Amino acid sequence: MDKEALKLYLLEVEPSVVFEEGTEWITLSIAAANWKAVAQHLRSDRKMDFLFCVTGVDWKTHLTMVYHLRSTQTDETLVIKIQLDRNNPEVETVSDIWRTAEFHEREAFEMFGVQFAHHPDLRKLILPDDFEGFPMRKDFEDPVNMIKL
Amino acid sequence: MYSETTLVNPGSSEQPLRDGQLVINVGPQHPATHGVLHLVITLEGETIIKIEPHLGYIHRSIEKMSESLTYRQFIYVTSRMDYLSAHINNLACALCVEKGMQLEIPERAQVIRIIMSELTRIASHELWIGAMAMDLGAFTPFFYTFRERETINDIMEQTCGARLTMNYMVPGGVMYDLHPEFVPRVKSFIAQFTRKISELEDLVTDNIIFRNRTVGIGVLSKEDAISFGCTGPVARASGVEGDIRKRFPYSGYEKLQFEQCIDTAGDSFARYIVRIREMYQSIHIIEQLIDAIPEGDYQAKTKAVIKLPKGEFYTRVETARGELGVYIVSEGGTTPYRIKYRSPGFSNLSALNHMASGSKIGDLMATMGTLDLVIPDIDR
Amino acid sequence: MEINNSPAMDNGVFPGQVMDLPGGGLVTSNFQDLINWARSNSLWPLTFATSCCGIEMMSTASAKYDFSRFGFEVARATPRQADVIIIAGTIVNKMAPVLKRLYDQMADPKYVIAMGACAISGGPFFYNTYSVVKGADHIIPVDVYIPGCPPRPEALLHALITLQEKIKSGLTREQIREQSLTPQS
Repeated sequence: MDKEALKLYLLEVEPSVVFEEGTEWITLSIAAANWKAVAQHLRSDRKMDFLFCVTGVDWKTHLTMVYHLRSTQTDETLVIKIQLDRNNPEVETVSDIWRTAEFHEREAFEMFGVQFAHHPDLRKLILPDDFEGFPMRKDFEDPVNMIKL
Repeated sequence: MYSETTLVNPGSSEQPLRDGQLVINVGPQHPATHGVLHLVITLEGETIIKIEPHLGYIHRSIEKMSESLTYRQFIYVTSRMDYLSAHINNLACALCVEKGMQLEIPERAQVIRIIMSELTRIASHELWIGAMAMDLGAFTPFFYTFRERETINDIMEQTCGARLTMNYMVPGGVMYDLHPEFVPRVKSFIAQFTRKISELEDLVTDNIIFRNRTVGIGVLSKEDAISFGCTGPVARASGVEGDIRKRFPYSGYEKLQFEQCIDTAGDSFARYIVRIREMYQSIHIIEQLIDAIPEGDYQAKTKAVIKLPKGEFYTRVETARGELGVYIVSEGGTTPYRIKYRSPGFSNLSALNHMASGSKIGDLMATMGTLDLVIPDIDR
Repeated sequence: MEINNSPAMDNGVFPGQVMDLPGGGLVTSNFQDLINWARSNSLWPLTFATSCCGIEMMSTASAKYDFSRFGFEVARATPRQADVIIIAGTIVNKMAPVLKRLYDQMADPKYVIAMGACAISGGPFFYNTYSVVKGADHIIPVDVYIPGCPPRPEALLHALITLQEKIKSGLTREQIREQSLTPQS
C-alpha cells in the first residue's frame, strides 16, 4: 500500500483534511468534529487497528492532540493532529474504537485538561485527586517546587 | 499538599456495590505489585468483577522535566524510567536525537549498542522470572536468576561504570570504548548461561505447581492485545507479530539472524515461555556479534551543544517490556519543546482489567506477574 | 574473682563480661545492652521499594550479597511486623501520605534508612518537577542515609551495619543529636 493511495483515501473520506509535507509518516490535521467518523473509517476500512501513542502538545495559542496509528497487517503508519481551543478543549473519545485510548485519554485529560466527550470514565489517573491545574501546559506554575527558567 | 484523599477509594463513577460484593485495595505497598501500583478490586466472593488501577504513586514528571533539559541531559533521566532496560531507554532517546540531527553512527558503536541491549534484555527477563516465581510462592528461582544477573551487572559495570542506571548511550554512539576484558567475559558468560538457563527451566517450566497456576490463566486474545495496544512479550504471547526489531529494524538489527518468539495461547504460561525463548534468541544475537565487533570509532563527532531542527521526531525500540516510543517536538532550540514517552507498561497495564475480570483473586498474581510491569515506566 | 573479657566479647559481638568461676563461667551484662544486642541482630525490613533502588535492594537480598548474614533476611510485607523501613526510591507527593501511614503502622522501636539520592533529597528529579518530595526526611525521620543513584549493594550493607552499631550504642535520636550539637572539647 503506498502513501499516495492512503492520502487519496483520506481525502475521499474527509475532503477537509490537510496534509503536512516532508514528514516521515503521513501527517494530517483534522477538525475535531470530523475525527470520530474518520477514526471509524480508518479502523474498519484500512485496518488501522493499533493506536500506539496519544498525546497532547501545548502551543500556547492552542492545544494539539496527536494520535499515532498503525496497522498491524500492513505496517502503514499515520499521524493525526487535531487542533483544539485552549480555553475549551473538547474532542470526541475514540476509546470505543481502540480500547488503549481509554488510559491515554485519561492521561491527556489530567495533563492538558482536554475533555473527551462520551469517555466512559474520565477521571484523574496519575495525579492526586485534589491536584489543581494542568501540569503539562506551558503556563503551569508551581512556585514551591519548580524553578522558573 | 499531603492529603489523604487518594488512599481510600471514593470518587469512582461506578454503580453502588451489590449485596455480597466487596472492594479491596491491593497496594500501593504490596509485594506483588513490584513497586507502588494501587489496584482497587471489586470482588464477589473470590471472583474479580472489576479492577481499577490507580497510578501516580511514582509519577516523577519526567516528561515535564525533560522540557528544560538539553538534548544531552535528558537521556540520563530516562535510565530511571524503566530501570531494568536502562540501556534500551537511553538508546531510544539517542536514536531520536540522532534522527533529528541526521547523524551517521559508526559501525562499532552500533554493534556495541546491540550487544548491550541484548545483555540488558537477558538481565531484565532473568529478574522477571525470579520476581514472578516469588509471587507464585517459589523462592528458590529468585536466587538462581539473581546469580546470573550479577554476572551481567559486573560486565556492565566494567565497561559503563554502573550496575543499573548505566547512562552509556549518547547521541552519536556510546560514551566510552569497551573494556579490554569485555569480549572474553561476555563469551564466558554466554557459555555458562546456556547451561544455567536449562537448569532454571528444569526448576520452573515443568514444575507442576507452576503449570497449574499459569496455564489458561489471564488469557488475552490477539484482537484484544492489539486493541489494548499491548506490545512486547505480552502481545507476542497472544500471537501479535509486533517485535520492533523485526518489523521496523533499528541500529543494525536488520543484519542479524534471530526469530520473533510467538505463541498463540495468550495465557500466563505463554508469556513465560516467550520470555524464556527470547533469552535464547538474545544469546544467539550476541553470539553473532561478539567475535565481529568492528574496529573504529565508538562515537561520531558531534558538537558540544546539540540543536535539533524544527520538527517532530518519533523513534521506537523494543525494550524488554515492549515498544518504547520517544516523540520529540522541537522548536529548533537546545531543549525539546515537548517529549512524550510511549511506555510499553502503560498500555499493557490497561489490559489488566479485561484479562483478570471473571477470574479468581488468587490468579491475579499470575496474570499481573506475567505482564512484567515496571511502575516508574508506567507513571513516568 | 577474676573478670575476663573473652575475645569474642571484645569486638562487640556480645555486650558483657565473663567471670571465670570454678566449674564454668558466668556472664554478666546490662539488660538494656542485651536487648539492644538482640534487637540489632534481627532487624526485619519492610519490602518497600518505589523505584530503581529497590532492584539494588533485591540484589542485596539475593545470592551474591546476601544481607541475611547480618540478620536482615526476613523481609516482611506488612509494616506491623517490620522493624526497619528502607526507603528505596523516589517519594512523590501522592506517595507521601502512604509512607507516613506505613511508618505509623510499624511497631516501636522502628528505624528508617533513606537509600539513594531520591530518598535523601529528591535526587535527579528535584529540579523542575511538581510532584517529587525533596527528601523523605520531610515526611518521616531518617536514621541512616546512603548516597548513590542507585547505591551499590555494598553501600546498603554498610548502612545496615551502621544502623546496627547505632542500635547497639543504645542512644536515642535525641541523645545523638545532643551529642553532635555539643562541641567536642
